[in-house]
Amino acid sequence: MPSLDRKLLRDLVSLWGQILAIVLIVACGIASLVTMMSTYESLTLSMDAYYSQYRFADVFVQVRRAPNAVVSQIEAIPGVGQVRSRVVVDVTLDVPGLADPASGRLVSIPEEPQTMLNDVVLRAGRYIEPGRRDEVLVSEAFAAANRLKLGDTVGAVINGRWELLRLVGTALSPEYVYEISGTELLPDNQRFGVMWIGREALANAFDLDGAFNDLALSLTPGASEAEVIFRLDQILERFGGLGAYGRNEQLSHRFLSDDIAALQVTALILPVIFLGIAAFLLNLVLARLVSTQRDQIAVLKAFGYTNGEVGLHFFKLVLVVVLLGAAVGIGLGRWLGGGLTQFYTQFYQFPVIEYRASLGLILGAVGVSAIAAFVGALNAVWGVVVLPPAEAIRPEPPASFQPTLVERLGLQRFFSPAGRIILRNLERRPWQAALSIFGISLAVAILIVGRYQNDGIQQIMAIQFRTIQREDLTLVFNEPRSGRVQYDLAHLPGVLYVEPFRAVPARLRFEHRTRLSGVTGLVPNSQLRQLLDRHLQKVPLPPGGVVLSTKLADLLGVEVGDVLTLEILEGGRPIREVPMVGRVDELLGLTAYMDVQALNALLQEGSAFSGAYLSVDAQQLPELYKTLKQTPAIASVSQRETALRQFQNTIATTSGVFNGVLLVFACIISVGVVYNSARIALSERSRELATLRIIGFTQAEIAFILLGEQGLLTLTAVPVGWGLGYALSQWLNQSPAHNTEMFRVPFVIQPSSYLFTLVVIAIAALLSGGLLARQLQHLDLIAVLKTRE
Amino acid sequence: MVNQSSPNLQTHPKAYANLPPVIFHVREMTKTYTMGEVQVHALQSINLDLFEGEFVVLLGPSGSGKSTLLNILGGLDIPSSGQVFFRQQDLTQANDRTLTRFRRESVGFIFQFYNLIPSLTARENVALVTDIAHRPMTPEAALELVNLSDRLDHFPSQLSGGQQQRVAIARAIAKRPEVLLCDEPTGALDFSTGKIVLDALAKVNAELGTTVVVITHNAGIAAMGDRVITMRDGQIHTLQQNQHRASTNELDW
Repeated sequence: MPSLDRKLLRDLVSLWGQILAIVLIVACGIASLVTMMSTYESLTLSMDAYYSQYRFADVFVQVRRAPNAVVSQIEAIPGVGQVRSRVVVDVTLDVPGLADPASGRLVSIPEEPQTMLNDVVLRAGRYIEPGRRDEVLVSEAFAAANRLKLGDTVGAVINGRWELLRLVGTALSPEYVYEISGTELLPDNQRFGVMWIGREALANAFDLDGAFNDLALSLTPGASEAEVIFRLDQILERFGGLGAYGRNEQLSHRFLSDDIAALQVTALILPVIFLGIAAFLLNLVLARLVSTQRDQIAVLKAFGYTNGEVGLHFFKLVLVVVLLGAAVGIGLGRWLGGGLTQFYTQFYQFPVIEYRASLGLILGAVGVSAIAAFVGALNAVWGVVVLPPAEAIRPEPPASFQPTLVERLGLQRFFSPAGRIILRNLERRPWQAALSIFGISLAVAILIVGRYQNDGIQQIMAIQFRTIQREDLTLVFNEPRSGRVQYDLAHLPGVLYVEPFRAVPARLRFEHRTRLSGVTGLVPNSQLRQLLDRHLQKVPLPPGGVVLSTKLADLLGVEVGDVLTLEILEGGRPIREVPMVGRVDELLGLTAYMDVQALNALLQEGSAFSGAYLSVDAQQLPELYKTLKQTPAIASVSQRETALRQFQNTIATTSGVFNGVLLVFACIISVGVVYNSARIALSERSRELATLRIIGFTQAEIAFILLGEQGLLTLTAVPVGWGLGYALSQWLNQSPAHNTEMFRVPFVIQPSSYLFTLVVIAIAALLSGGLLARQLQHLDLIAVLKTRE
Repeated sequence: MVNQSSPNLQTHPKAYANLPPVIFHVREMTKTYTMGEVQVHALQSINLDLFEGEFVVLLGPSGSGKSTLLNILGGLDIPSSGQVFFRQQDLTQANDRTLTRFRRESVGFIFQFYNLIPSLTARENVALVTDIAHRPMTPEAALELVNLSDRLDHFPSQLSGGQQQRVAIARAIAKRPEVLLCDEPTGALDFSTGKIVLDALAKVNAELGTTVVVITHNAGIAAMGDRVITMRDGQIHTLQQNQHRASTNELDW
C-alpha cells in the first residue's frame, strides 16, 4: 500500500468519531433512497406482472341490465380487444363468528375455468364445479380475516332469500388488489370480501338470465380510451349504464397507483436532505483537516507530490466515507425496503410480491451520494490544491477578528469575555455558522414533516369520523324505498334516531370536464351528517342546488354560482342543469350533496330513500345486527366506529412507524452536525482553550465557550427549522401524494409538534455536548502549548 | 578570504575558475510578497551561484530573507523578478507542473520542525518519498545512513527531536536528490543532538556528493561549510569561502 494511503487510513482512524457521524448520515440518505425506490420498484413490478398475467381490464362499466347480445356490439367498437360481461351484486353476509353483518360482493365467473379479463388466481382449494349453485371461491384475505376454512359455509341474503354459500377455494383478482367496497377508505377484510360464483346461479337469483350488469374490456394497443368510453356509454345508455371509466378511476387501481406515486415523492425529499447535510459535514471536516495538515501538505508538495496526487488523497477520504455509508445504507435500505414492501401487502393483495432492489438503483444511490459528497468536499480539497507550497509551510496567519455588530452597537457591557469570544467566533465565520444552523434546522424540518403527517391524520380522524359523520350505522337498501322506511327502521331494536338519505350515481359535467360521483340527498338540517367548510362552520343546504366538496369542485373547475350539468345514471336518467350553491371541505372521497326533496324532484320520483343513517343504543347492537342480517332489503351495513378503528390501526400505525424512523434519522443528523462542528471547534481552539485554563479559567467556563457557541447555533436553528419544516410540509401537502381524490391530508401542525421537535433537538444537542465535555476534561495543557500551530 | 557584497559572475569571471559545474545560477532576483496588508520586500537583487557538491551555510537574522531564498531555490516559490536557473532549467518561467517535477526529482527538503507525517512511522515517512521517486534507495537504507535502523517502525511521537530530524534527513536523501535544502535543521535541537544531525548532513554531502544548503542563525555552524553566505535585509551581505572545513567535532556554540 502506498504510504499516502496508509496516512489516509490512520487519519480515518484518528477522526473516527466525526467520520462515523458522516458515514451514518450518508447511510441514512442512501437507506431512505433505497427503501423508497426499491419499494416503489417492487410494487410497480409486482403490479405490472400481476396485471398482465391475469389480464386486468382497461375500461369498466356498471349497467342496470343489458342483454348479452349487446356484447357483440361492444366488441365491434374500434379499439376494443377482449370483453367480459358479468353479473356483480353486493349482498349481506352472515359470517360464522362475526357479530356484525358483513358485505359480500358476488362476482360471476364461468362454470368452467377459462382465461378471461380480470382473471381469478386460485390460491387454495379448487374451482367451482358446474351445476353446484352454492359453491363459491372466496377472497383469500376475507377467509383469513374471518378464519374461514375450505368447506365452511357462509349465510347470504340473495335477492331476498336466505342461502348458504359453500367455500371451495380461495382466490385473488387484479381487480381487487385493494379490496374495498367503495364506501370505505381502508380494506376491512373481516367485513367486506369478494366471492366468485357461477354465472348461471347468480344471474338466476337476480333475474339477470341472458343479461349482465357489469362489463370489463381491454383496449387494443393505440386505442383511445376516451373514444371507447364514449361509444360504450352510448351503447349502454338505454340499458341503464352507469358511466364507463378507465383504470385511473378503478377503485383498487386508483389507491394502488396513488400510493406508488406517493412513494416516489418521498423518495425524493429525504435523500436530498440527508445527502445535502452529508456534503456540508464533509466540507466542515475536510476544511478542518486541511487546515491542521497545512504543514503536512506542504511537505508532500515540497517533495514533489503533484496537486492532483494531494487532492486525490483527500478525495479518497471522501470516497471511503461514501463507500462505508453506501454499504451501511444499502444494507439498511434493503432491510427497510423489504419490510415496507411487506407492509404494503397488508393492504394490497398480490399473488407474488417480489422484493427487488435493482443494481441500477443501488449504483444510482451510490452515485448520487458520491456526487453529493464530492461536491461538499470540492471546496476544501480545492483549498489544498491551490495552496502554494511555500505558503503552506508558514503557519496559518492568525485569524483577523473585529468587534462584533453587537459590540459596535455598544452592547458589549452585557457580555462576559467568554460571551464575546463566542459572538466574535460566530461573526468571524458567518458562512460556517450559517451552514451549521442550516444543517441542524434540516433535522428539525424532518421532524416537523413527520409530525405534520401525524397531525394531519389525527385531524382526518377527528373531522371526518367525529365532526362530519355522526351516525353509528349506515344502511344501504337494495333498492330505493318509500318514506315509510324511516318508521320501520325506528322500530328496530336499539334504534334511537333515523335519518334516511337518497344516493344516486351521477356524472357531473362542467364545460369539458366531467367526473363520476354520487349525489347524496340529505334531509333538511341533517343531524347525522354535517356539512362543514374549512373553518368547520356549517354550510347551509339550500333546496335549489348542489353543494360540492372542494376537491370535486376544483376537479370540475366550478365555482359557487356556476351552473353544472347533472347526468343522473339511474331511473329515468334525467339530465339537469343545477347551480352550485356551496362548498364543503370533506377530507375523504368526492362528494356532492343536495336537499333530498330537491333531489327526488329532480329524479321525478316521490319521496324515495336509498339508505339511512342510524343512531343506535350500543347495548342493543348485537340484537340489531341479528335482525339486519336477516333483512333482505338491507344491502350493506357499515359502522362508523369500525371504520375509525380500522383507520387508526392501519394508517395511524403506519404513520407512527414512519415517524419513529424519521426521529432516528433526525437525531443522527443533529448529533452529527452538533458533534462535528463542536469537535472541530475543539481541535481548532484547543490551544486557546488550554491557555484560558492555564490563566485560571475553570473547566466549566471553557466548556461554556466551546458549547455555548454550539448551543447558540442550535437554538437559532430551531425556529429556522420550524419555518423550513412548515414550508416542506406545505409543499408535501400540495403535492399529489397528499391531495388525492380519495383523501386530503389537512394542513395542520399542532403547537405540541413544535415543542416536540425542540425537545428532541435539545436532547440530541446535550448528548453531543456531553461527549465533548468529556474530551475537554482530557485537554492536556502542557502538550497543547508545546504543539506548533 | 574573499569578501564581497555583491558577487557577480560577469564582473569576476575568474573567481570561479577550476570550480565544479554551477548547479544554481541566480541573477538580479527579487521577491516581494503581501502579508496581510503589508508589502514585504523579502529579497532584493540577489546574485548567486552554487556549485555541485558544495556545502553552503546561509547565515542571517530572522526576516533577512534566508528562507525565502531557500524556498525559491527549491521551487516552492517563484521570484517576483530576475532569473533563477537550476542547471539549464529556468525556474523563473516554470509552471507549477514543472516545479513539481523539479522538486520530485532533484530536491530534498529538511525543515526546522521536521514536518514528519505524525500518522506514519519512520519507515513509512521515508516511503512517502520513495513511492514517487525515480531511482530511490530503500527506506531502510536511507534510515541506515542516519543511524536509525533500530527505529524503523516508530511513530514520530515515539522519537526524540534529533531522531525525528534524522528521519526527515533520511526522507530527504532517499530519492538521491542533487541538492539538499535545510531550513534551520538544528533550530529546535540541543547542542549534542544538533551535532548528530549535522554529522548526518555532512555524511550525505561527502558520501553522495549532494549539494547541501543549510540555513541557520547559529554562526557556530558556519565553520563546517565550504562557503558561508550572510544575509541581511533581503540582500546578500557577505560571502566567504572557508579555507578549511571544520568537522562537526570541532564545532562549538
